[in-house]
Amino acid sequence: MAVAVKTKETSEVQTEQLMTGCEAIAEAIRLADVDVMAAFPIRPYDTVMQAAAKLIANGKLDCEYIVADGEHSQFEIVKHACAVGSRVFVGSSGVGWFYAFEAIAVTAGLRLPVVAICGNRALDDPGAFGTEHNDSLAVRDLGWLLPWAETAQECLDLALMAWRVGEDARVSLPVAIGLDGGFLTHSQQLVSVPTRAATDAFLPKFDLGDRLLHPDNPITIAPQVDQDWLMEIRRQNDAAMRRAIDVITEAHADFKKLFGRGGDSPFLDEYMTDDADVVFFGQGTLALPMKVAIRRLRAEGHKVGLVRLKWFRPFPTDEVVKSLSRFKAVGVVDRDYSFGSPHYGGVLYNEVRSALYSREQRPTIVGFVAGLGGREIDQSMAREIYEKTAAAATGGLSAGDQCHWIGVRE
Amino acid sequence: MTQATATRPTSLKATDITIEVVYRGIFQKTLAQRITRGVVLAARQRGLPGTAFSRYGDSPERNGVPAKQFAVVAVNDIELEASMARYEPAIVDVTVAVDDTLVKGVESWAWYGRQPIWKPVRANGVVLVTSDKSPDEILAQTDKTDRPYTLGVIPGEASFAGLWVYKDDHTDWRVLGALSKVLPDWLPLDEVKAQVRTQTKDENAVASVQYGHDATTFRPVKAGEGTDAHEKLAFTKPGWTTMRTGVIVDARKPGERNPQFKRYATRTQRPVVNFDTCIKCTMCWLDCPDECFEVTGSGHFEVVYEACVGCGICAQVCPVKDCIVMVDELKFDSNKTVFPEWEKDRNTYNAWFEKTSGRSAAPPKGEKAAVAVGGDE
Repeated sequence: MAVAVKTKETSEVQTEQLMTGCEAIAEAIRLADVDVMAAFPIRPYDTVMQAAAKLIANGKLDCEYIVADGEHSQFEIVKHACAVGSRVFVGSSGVGWFYAFEAIAVTAGLRLPVVAICGNRALDDPGAFGTEHNDSLAVRDLGWLLPWAETAQECLDLALMAWRVGEDARVSLPVAIGLDGGFLTHSQQLVSVPTRAATDAFLPKFDLGDRLLHPDNPITIAPQVDQDWLMEIRRQNDAAMRRAIDVITEAHADFKKLFGRGGDSPFLDEYMTDDADVVFFGQGTLALPMKVAIRRLRAEGHKVGLVRLKWFRPFPTDEVVKSLSRFKAVGVVDRDYSFGSPHYGGVLYNEVRSALYSREQRPTIVGFVAGLGGREIDQSMAREIYEKTAAAATGGLSAGDQCHWIGVRE
Repeated sequence: MTQATATRPTSLKATDITIEVVYRGIFQKTLAQRITRGVVLAARQRGLPGTAFSRYGDSPERNGVPAKQFAVVAVNDIELEASMARYEPAIVDVTVAVDDTLVKGVESWAWYGRQPIWKPVRANGVVLVTSDKSPDEILAQTDKTDRPYTLGVIPGEASFAGLWVYKDDHTDWRVLGALSKVLPDWLPLDEVKAQVRTQTKDENAVASVQYGHDATTFRPVKAGEGTDAHEKLAFTKPGWTTMRTGVIVDARKPGERNPQFKRYATRTQRPVVNFDTCIKCTMCWLDCPDECFEVTGSGHFEVVYEACVGCGICAQVCPVKDCIVMVDELKFDSNKTVFPEWEKDRNTYNAWFEKTSGRSAAPPKGEKAAVAVGGDE
């Protein structure tokens, strides 16, 4: 594990340091002054628990650090700690995430703003460490906010955003930040780290108000409700998820004002799209090789760009529709699978198609499943994705040929 | 679904009939199930389709907690579908209470409040009660009704026969006989008997059907008849915009009892205390699983009847003979605590104790006087 080394002062509010995505998350834990963390090791999430433990050992962070007997207990611990007013952090990966699934489901149901990372990892067996998004995506319907990071910088930034948005009384929902295993969790990048004072200006203290579980405020959480109450409870979650769009937008604007980062849109990161006919659409680190491909394709005269999705939940339908309806064709690149789904496409592919369905002017959408298990998406694959999408834009692709597996051996 | 083979009997005016059985958790669960099954099977005898189900939100495994099962019979499969995929019918034609203390109201383990026994019964419907009391005695403990119905009493005590360790006592067949009396178009006596004969091959069971049919006594109840003595206990369920965030309800403060969920409708007997012979040993207070006892200024322990489920543990652990006596719940029409009456006038209270419990209020004779433990006198 690398020790963060300060490289230069970038401004009064932040300094640049070299660190992995997981270490950037640990820095965010320190800056947010997290009260309770629960840990249980699984690659690639576990580097964050090591980094956070080191911060505590070095006196940089005062935090209750509980090593659980498994992921289920790990997520239950932070859920309960959150109910008594603690700011909490937790995380896991792959099948560890799945072992915690019951606790994960009820955390959202109880509207407790736990902040987690999901170090995205293939669901083994067979043994596989590399990144796939199916672990995070498994909770997509349950009421967790799901942002995805592209860089170590964005890991830190999204973590601070996560506490701010999740703990906002209008939202009060848990957040799971997707970090591509290996590419992001274990690779060191240059990161601007805010000062504590600047962070405090962005992130207010956690306050559960009259929902605080405390002897002075006797409440019962989660009684048996049956069909008499449950639909109203689900409707409240639905309303909270809808409100999250505005709360994210506000937080993004404040963050940008304070730290000068985050791009134009809180939800989408567009690259070379101004005059594009064809764009790639995806999330996480796959944006990086795709941007390289875009520069090379543009050098050959192809009008191609990239739209990267930053928040999968809440799905920013209006922004996605507004952005993508400008193009002739969209190639959705899924680092996940959804066996037996419509057109046998990935999860993101079908979400994007659903979002655009009611638009009269909508692009042709082509689906690609690529980079599973962390397989590198190389330039030839990116070029193949472009060629198939561009062919669709000119009607050169039959309707039965909408979804493709890229970089798979025959 | 396929159409039932039988044509609709011309005597049937309605398209379906719903029978509700209200019973006490675990002790009578199987009994209730047998009755509702018996209805469906008897109707099937003449080709009518039916379904039997329980109220899914109930806790039928919990001792004494009021719970419900239903039988629906329809003229054909299409009409029956309206009653399928349903937890609880809103309106029933007949309610059967297989424990007469249930007429004091039904409070299940859910957000229902305390409901009058006749609540789901349609106007001019029927309430059947198994009891050794008269219809007038039953009506005296039944909530005042806002619609007319017929009250029928099927002779017999509350039956435990559904419980594995108890011998069958034909309560189920007697109830089916009574149902054939009130629903002759849907459950003709001959067909019910034929079905029971086929099912049991036991002429005594068939005779019990006949007995239930013949021995049940009826009394028409007019709107406005019944008692006002029972507490109104109802919920207003909040909407999604008015309920608290995070699946939270107010909890009780220390010493405070739940004003909405009381559970006394679980009770078939209540403990009555002889405060004169009480030695203040604390056993009832200590062992009560629902913390029903309050300590009085004089160091006695008085029962909070709003919280008591009538489990009888206090009477079992009490070391003094007849100091705590379990008494039939139908003898009471109030949950008010009685200790102030004893404080006011012991002689009057003791006379009431003797009349109510049937036991002597005098200290046990011929036994060593019990010694108070940690007493303050």
